Amino acid sequence: MMTAQFPALALIPLFPALGFVFNVFFGRRAGRQAVNLAGPGVIFLAFAVTLWGFTRLLAMPSGAALEVTLWPWIVAGQFHTEIALRLDALSAVMTLIVSGVGAVIHLYSVGYMAHDEDYARYFAYMNLFALSMLVLVLADNLLLMFVGWEGVGLCSYLLIAFWYDNAQFAYNGRKAFVVNRVGDAGFVLGILTILSALVAHGVWTLNFAELQAHRAMLAPVATMAGLLLLLGATGKSAQIPLYVWLPDAMVGPTPVSALIHAATMVTAGVYMIARLHFLYTLTPDAMYVVAVIGAVTAFFAATVAVVQTDIKRVLAYSTISQLGYMFMGVGVGAFAAGIFHVMTHAFFKGLLFLCAGSIIHALDGEQDMTRMGALWRRMPITYATMLAATLAISAVPGFSGYFSKDLILKRTFAAGDDGLWLIGIITAGLTAFYMFRLLFLTFHGVSRVAPDKHVHESPPVMTVPLIILGVLAVVGGWVELPDGWLWGGAFTRFLEPVFGSFRTPVAHATDAAEVGIAVMATFIGFALAYILYIQTPALPGRIVARASALYRVLVRKYYVDELYNLVFARFLFWGSENVLNRGVDHGLIDGLVNGTGLGVEESGEIARRAETGNVQVYAFVYLLGAVGIVAYYVYLVMVR
Amino acid sequence: MVPMSYFVGLSAVLFAIGVAGVLLRRNIIVIFMSIEVMLNAVNLAFVALGRRLGSMDGQVIVFFVMTVAAAEAAVGLAIIISVFRNRETVNADELNLMRW
Repeated sequence: MMTAQFPALALIPLFPALGFVFNVFFGRRAGRQAVNLAGPGVIFLAFAVTLWGFTRLLAMPSGAALEVTLWPWIVAGQFHTEIALRLDALSAVMTLIVSGVGAVIHLYSVGYMAHDEDYARYFAYMNLFALSMLVLVLADNLLLMFVGWEGVGLCSYLLIAFWYDNAQFAYNGRKAFVVNRVGDAGFVLGILTILSALVAHGVWTLNFAELQAHRAMLAPVATMAGLLLLLGATGKSAQIPLYVWLPDAMVGPTPVSALIHAATMVTAGVYMIARLHFLYTLTPDAMYVVAVIGAVTAFFAATVAVVQTDIKRVLAYSTISQLGYMFMGVGVGAFAAGIFHVMTHAFFKGLLFLCAGSIIHALDGEQDMTRMGALWRRMPITYATMLAATLAISAVPGFSGYFSKDLILKRTFAAGDDGLWLIGIITAGLTAFYMFRLLFLTFHGVSRVAPDKHVHESPPVMTVPLIILGVLAVVGGWVELPDGWLWGGAFTRFLEPVFGSFRTPVAHATDAAEVGIAVMATFIGFALAYILYIQTPALPGRIVARASALYRVLVRKYYVDELYNLVFARFLFWGSENVLNRGVDHGLIDGLVNGTGLGVEESGEIARRAETGNVQVYAFVYLLGAVGIVAYYVYLVMVR
Repeated sequence: MVPMSYFVGLSAVLFAIGVAGVLLRRNIIVIFMSIEVMLNAVNLAFVALGRRLGSMDGQVIVFFVMTVAAAEAAVGLAIIISVFRNRETVNADELNLMRW
């Protein structure tokens, strides 16, 4: 495999790093104008450098990679690892998504945060996030990837709890952080499992290329390492069982939800599995677990999204559901299809969140869809872009989501996992239903907007990003057309060298019926939404009354939060309060500190009795001392 | 010739008287005078031993001691006067503000 040195690669994470430093130390003093320029500007610069590297990569023979080694990082005995970046086809796609969509969302943030006093802190966190995410996708070894992995987790926490003076928001931030820690523990154990297997053969490395070269040594631990790393991925990418933090993460500013909790960070788990494809392909068992978790999560989250009324919450569950598709894709060995869905999802889900942000912005923070409706005339640009995104996510043929979702379903079907395929099809129908429900409730029907709201279209700094992403949500999928059409499957061909010639066993040939069923599911979902929310708006209420038990279970999200609280959280809170807070903090640490002070005070209380203030007492003690010393020397002389 | 032990003995007696005065008397002026007695007891021992050893060191040190004693007397008396002005007493027992 050919590699070339490309030092400019280091600029990609460097620009956001500079932006972060600027915004942290000088942002407040420099003022809003400077921050609005620097915050998004550095991401655009990073995107420009990424494009430069990408064109270089395209000019090279397929399977080539650009590299730059910055400096040795950890050198311990035989183990050594470096701060080194690597741009191959896979990381190029991810870097383009992160910097490209990131730049657009940064630009949008300028408008969205225009009334917030803490703009400098906001852009500092956003830049730090971009830095961490770029390190994550560009890292050429597992350890550096883990640094980015932790970095994005930190920024996610900081931005969820951005309005930290609201106790609930701060709690949700902590929840995201703690749930991610559970996954990260799995990730660390996975890395150590891989390393221990290699070390047994005298190979001390975590470099991806070298790991792949020594793939055979990983075979004995592949299932265990794969499942541990999968735990990490479920934490970061919000899959069962660790998805619970993502819906609560919606309390952060909406551009944050778009960038971190839809377009980039949550896809890190999919990227990681695709990056370690050589490990996962060794172990069909772990692969199957990945696919099943993905499919179950996709269906489960979609059913919850059907009944939610908070616009961002619907989108959050929709994100979890779409991430489930990606896991299903990589789980059946269709790594390129999974990454393809990452890309199209970044376009249309990022856009959906930005549109939701535009609506929320126009309605002064209103997020409840039951208090929206008939907004399309007053917010035409937001409506048009949101329609494009909805058509894309519902996999209407021709729009980006169709190509990626269809590819995943096709490959699942081809792999012989009929059950998973069926779940995918049903979920596709549910997706179309809840997305059109969202669209109809917000933009169509009768207006339920509170009369005191002054509804207005967002300023150009917000609508331009919407239009950019809207165009991408439509055309973004055209890089992967069905075989024989124009350039055909250009995207998978581009990624092919990274994933090698691995193929899932083809159980049965794909046929037109499979595609037809998927499209039909979408149409049924759309039709149901149309009937329920446009034709007979009274019908949903009657259905809820009929099936109130089911409705309650769905609205309460299957009582998973309550279950986790009962089993884990209550126990942890009890331990924190009684053992760590009262026992360790108040008892041990405060005891040590206060004990030191108290000891000094008490001994001083005794010793100060000697200070009588009478000079002659001092003189007498002095005399005793002098006599004592003389007596000692006399004694020494006498003995000798 | 007067035996050496007489000089040393007288010096020891004078020093003991000085120590007793410092420890037992309450009037700080008397305490002060007792310190002078102790200094001179030491001076006597220095001179006598210097002569005995045929060295000038003892006598040179005595001059230093006398110089220091003069300075000390000046400073000490000044302190005593200012203390008396503030407290209207020269009784050491009553000058006990620096205590617990």
